[in-house]
Amino acid sequence: MGWRAAKARDGVVAMQQNCDDTRRASAKLRCLPSIDSNPPVTPSSSQAPLVCLRDVRFAYGEREVLRGIDLEVHRGQVVAIMGGSGCGKTTLLRLIGGQIRATGGSVDVAGHDVGALGNDALYALRRRMGMLFQFGALFTDMSVFDNVAFPLREHTALPAAQIHDLVLMKLQAVGLRGAAGLMPSELSGGMARRVALARAVALDPMLVLYDEPFAGLDPISLGIVGQLIRRLNDALGASTVMVTHDVHESLHIVDYVYFVSDGRIVARGTPDEIRASEHPFVHQFVNAEVDGPVPFHYPAPAMSSLLEGNGR
Amino acid sequence: MSAVVNFVRRIGAMTVDGVWRVGFAARFLLMVLVYSGQSVRRLHLTIREVYFSGVLSLLIILVSGLFVGLVLGLQGYETLQRYGSSEALGVLVALSLTRELGPVVAGLLFASRAGSAVTAEIGLMKATEQLKAMDMMAVNPLARVVAPRFWGGVISMPLLAAMFSAMGIFGGWLIGVVFIGVDDGAFWSQMQAAVDFRYDILNGVLKSFVFGVAVSLIAVFEGYDCNPTAEGVSRAITRTVVSSALAILALDFVLTSFMFRGQ
Repeated sequence: MGWRAAKARDGVVAMQQNCDDTRRASAKLRCLPSIDSNPPVTPSSSQAPLVCLRDVRFAYGEREVLRGIDLEVHRGQVVAIMGGSGCGKTTLLRLIGGQIRATGGSVDVAGHDVGALGNDALYALRRRMGMLFQFGALFTDMSVFDNVAFPLREHTALPAAQIHDLVLMKLQAVGLRGAAGLMPSELSGGMARRVALARAVALDPMLVLYDEPFAGLDPISLGIVGQLIRRLNDALGASTVMVTHDVHESLHIVDYVYFVSDGRIVARGTPDEIRASEHPFVHQFVNAEVDGPVPFHYPAPAMSSLLEGNGR
Repeated sequence: MSAVVNFVRRIGAMTVDGVWRVGFAARFLLMVLVYSGQSVRRLHLTIREVYFSGVLSLLIILVSGLFVGLVLGLQGYETLQRYGSSEALGVLVALSLTRELGPVVAGLLFASRAGSAVTAEIGLMKATEQLKAMDMMAVNPLARVVAPRFWGGVISMPLLAAMFSAMGIFGGWLIGVVFIGVDDGAFWSQMQAAVDFRYDILNGVLKSFVFGVAVSLIAVFEGYDCNPTAEGVSRAITRTVVSSALAILALDFVLTSFMFRGQ
């Protein structure tokens, strides 16, 4: 009888905890600022950074992708990592999420060295993270509702009625409560991205990672997703790391930007500093110039040598 | 000379690659078994896979079983009546099906119908980053996706093989007794006397269980290990069907040589 009573008591405590969590989540979601309001910029840089990368190196086999990256993300910040295709941005995101391990340096998230964590500790850390993949990565055999409910069902003991309410609140926050019964195949690209966003924040994470959240979106969806990223970050008191190519949309919503090129951070600063930057790479990137530090041509022998038949 | 060296190198590389994959598959099986607890605790995940792998394969299994039984009945009668033992048709049909044809043909059909579907599903989940997303949500894909599909296949296969054999015996009875006119009582009584439950039926069930493990492992492994592209998934599906067929036939020989040495 003793262990049964203890188990029941634990269950009641867990239930009360869950109810408190639900109430807190509801309060946060009710406090979401209007989509038209100016995004507040509230980096709390006085505290220790939530994410801290020190001299991080990474190689795929012989090919070195990252060569000594230093990067910090403070609590409440929305940080963008920008750079050309294949420069190692997504690799950085995967390192922060613990999907791969750095070959040198350290990746700290919430005081934990991600590379040194065992499987269970890494999963415990990931329960406090959310990640939005480039094309949403929704589970195609589940409805929109079930997709958002998935992390809640997997990681909480909440009763079905409470999960139902939480999921609808998350969907309401991304404007898709009415799409709860649809299947992922019935969604547009922008809607799928918003559902994935609702799923990523289902457990009220401390850190949300976004991999190209604006890729392939029309201008309206792009603006909506951009504002949602900022609003959800502020409403949840979370931090955000966003890998993106979209300079103009990103500079509206982020607090800080890192530019990556050739495996190194080549520039960093607030959106205003980035706009005013004279750094050749930043200038080329922000103004979408065809040629510059990032060359138009892939390295090749001189054309004249080919025409003379000497270039083989 | 260089062509010969290249040929030898290719053979060597293929051998090393093959051995590496077998080792990887063995470690993969171990991990699936380690993470199988959830398949038991959350039984609905496994039951769902039994439905997709087993129930949805029923039609092809039953129809194929019927036709195999019909053909066995015709060929068996043709041969037996030459020696005046057409009443032994029931024995011939039942032993052929329970010992060999039931597990083997049902296994081949299961690999084509359910094994390929499992590989395609897991492969596409990988290609569309669903497995990565699950992993980032701190949900182990081996426990949540792979293990239930593996056990769904392992549970379904012996049941499907038993139904295949039952349907085949019905087909043999239909052609032998109803259409050709073999004596009904002799058909069933000789079958009952000759077929041993442990020696024939349980050994057949054991075979189909082993085939179920082999096909399910190959299906989930190929899906999980495939290149996450359209071409990669397509190749993985082909490998599932080919490897499963070869594994079933090879395992059948090994199992038969141990099980049936004459009483």
